[in-house]
Amino acid sequence: MTNTRIPPARAARPEPSPPPAPRRPPARDRGTRLLATLFLAPTIVGIVVFTVVPIAGSVGLSLFHWNVIDSPSYAGLSAYGEVLGDETVLVSFRNTLVFMVFAVALQLLVALTLALAVNGRMPVWLRSVFRSAFFFPLVLSAASISVVMKYLFNQDFGVINWLLGLVGVAPVPWLTSENAAMATVVLVYVWQQFGFSFLLFVGGLNNIPKEIHEAAALDGATGLRKHLTVTLPLLSPTLLVASVVGIINALQVFEQPYVLTNGGPGDSTRTVVMVIYETAFEQLRFGEASAVGVLLFVLIMAVTALQFRLSRRFVHYQ
Amino acid sequence: MSQATLSSGRLRHGLAPWARIAGLAVCALLTLGPVVWTVSTSLRTPAEAFDLPPSLIPANPSTEAYRGVFDQIDVWLLALNSTLVTGLIAAGQMITAGLAGYAFARLEFRFKKPLFGLVLATMMVPLQVTIVPVFLVLKSMSLTDTLLGLIIPAFPTAFGTFLMRQYFLGMPKDLGEAAMLDGAGPWRTFRSVYAPLAAPGLAIVGVLAFNYHWNEFFRPLILETSGQNYTLPLGLVSLQGNLGTGSISVVLAGVVLSMIPAVAVFVVGQRPLREGITSAGVNR
Repeated sequence: MTNTRIPPARAARPEPSPPPAPRRPPARDRGTRLLATLFLAPTIVGIVVFTVVPIAGSVGLSLFHWNVIDSPSYAGLSAYGEVLGDETVLVSFRNTLVFMVFAVALQLLVALTLALAVNGRMPVWLRSVFRSAFFFPLVLSAASISVVMKYLFNQDFGVINWLLGLVGVAPVPWLTSENAAMATVVLVYVWQQFGFSFLLFVGGLNNIPKEIHEAAALDGATGLRKHLTVTLPLLSPTLLVASVVGIINALQVFEQPYVLTNGGPGDSTRTVVMVIYETAFEQLRFGEASAVGVLLFVLIMAVTALQFRLSRRFVHYQ
Repeated sequence: MSQATLSSGRLRHGLAPWARIAGLAVCALLTLGPVVWTVSTSLRTPAEAFDLPPSLIPANPSTEAYRGVFDQIDVWLLALNSTLVTGLIAAGQMITAGLAGYAFARLEFRFKKPLFGLVLATMMVPLQVTIVPVFLVLKSMSLTDTLLGLIIPAFPTAFGTFLMRQYFLGMPKDLGEAAMLDGAGPWRTFRSVYAPLAAPGLAIVGVLAFNYHWNEFFRPLILETSGQNYTLPLGLVSLQGNLGTGSISVVLAGVVLSMIPAVAVFVVGQRPLREGITSAGVNR
C-alpha cells in the first residue's frame, strides 16, 4: 500500500469561499465533523469500553480481594505480594520465559532458513506450492490442532514414536515427562506459527534490490557468506518485526499447553495465561488474577522496549 | 577468477539446487503430514483408528467416524454458532474499520491525532491481560454465556482501522476534491467516490477476522459455559475430553469438519490473507 498522500499544506486549491477567509464554509465543516463523529463512534466507544476501561479495571481489581460473590475488599498491594509468593505463579513465569526463548528462536531459525531456500532459483509454480504449504497451518485452529497433536505425540500408540521406532529409537514420553513436555509444546507451537515469520521473511527478501546481490557477487561474496554479510543485515528490520511479534505472541501462549498437557506433568508446562485463566475462572480469585495479568503486561512491555533499544545497534535501515 | 576457484564449493554456491528443493519438500511434508494423517485417520473405522502403521489411504474407507461425530455432538449447532459469531464479527469489523479508517484518513476533526494514537496503542494490549474486567463488563450487561458476548466486544478492531486508514490514504485525493467541487457533501464523497474503491482493503479485514475468530478458543472457553453456546473449537476439545482416548477417528472427523471453512477461505482468500498477515505483523 503505497502512500500517495499530498502534504496537508494544500491551500492552493481554488475554493468558492472569499480568499482571506481562514475557514471553509461552516456548513460543510459541521457536516464533516458530524460525519467523523458518526464514523468513529463505534470504534472509539468499543475500544474505550472493551480495552481502555478494562486496563484500568485490571489495575484497579488487582488492589482488591474479590470472589464475585462477596463484595470486594480493598487489599492494597497484597494481591501482588500473594502472587509473587505463590510457587505456581513464579513457575508459570519461568515456564513462559523458557517457552518464549525456545519457541521464538526455533520459529525464526526455521522460517529464515526456509525463506532463503524458497527464495532461490526454482519454477514459479513450485515456489507457490512451498509457500502455500508453509503458510497453511496458520489458518487452522490452535485448539483443534493441539487435539490432533496429542494423538500424534502419544507415547504408546502415537505415530511419531512409531516412526522413531522404525529407526530404533525407544519410545519418548513426549507429553508425560517433565523434561519432554515443554519441548513438545514448543514443537507444536512452532509447527503452527513459523509460517507467519516465513511470510514476513519472504516479503523482506523480495524487497532487497537485485543490484545489491549482483554487487556482492562481483565482490566475491556468494552462498552462505553472502547471506551472513549481505542478506542478513538488509533483512534486519524484518527480523526485528518478526521477533517482536513472535515474542509478544509467545508470552501469551495458552491453547497448546492447555490442550496438550493441561499444564502438566506437575506444573512443568503451566504458562502465565493458564494461571490467569485458572485463578480467575476456576478459583474465582479475580484480584489475584488481575495482578498476574498486570505483571504479564509489564513483562511484555519491558521485553518489547528492551528489544527496540537493543535493535538500535543491530538493525540496519536502508 | 582465482578468488572464485579458491573458495570451497559448498561455501561458494550454497547447496546444490536439487538438494535445496529436496530439503524444502521434506519440510513441506512435515508441515502437511499431521493434516494428511488427520484426514486419512478420520476415514478409518473407529476400531482401526489406533492401528499402526498409519496408512495414507485407509484400506476400508468408512464414514462411520463422521456419523459418530454427529451422534456424539450437535455438529450443526456448533457450526451454526461458529458461523454466526464469525460472520457477524467479520461483517462488523469491516464496517467499523472501514468507517473509522476513512475518518482518520480523509476527514478533518478535533483530537484526530490523539484518537488515532489511542487506537494504535490498543493494538499492543493483549486480550489475555484485560479478560477479567472484560468478563465483568459483559456480566454486568448480562452478556456472558451468550453469543452476543463474543460478538460485540470484537467489533472494534484497532488493526483493521489502521489497515483501512492506510488503504484510504493510498487513494488519490483529487477524486474527493473533484466530487466536493461538484457539490457533493462529505457523506456523498465517501459513499459514491471512496467507499466503492475500498473493497480489496475490506476483504483483507474480513478474511483476517474470519481466520482469527473461526479458530478462536480462549474467549469462548471463558464466556460460554453452556453447551448450546459452544463454538466448534470448544465443542471439539470437549468431545476429546468426553471420549478420553476412546475413538480417535471420531474426534479427527470433527476436526476435519471444522477445518473445511478455514481451508475454503485459505484457497479462495489466500492473497488477502497473506497481505493482511504480513502488512503489520499482527496475526493473533
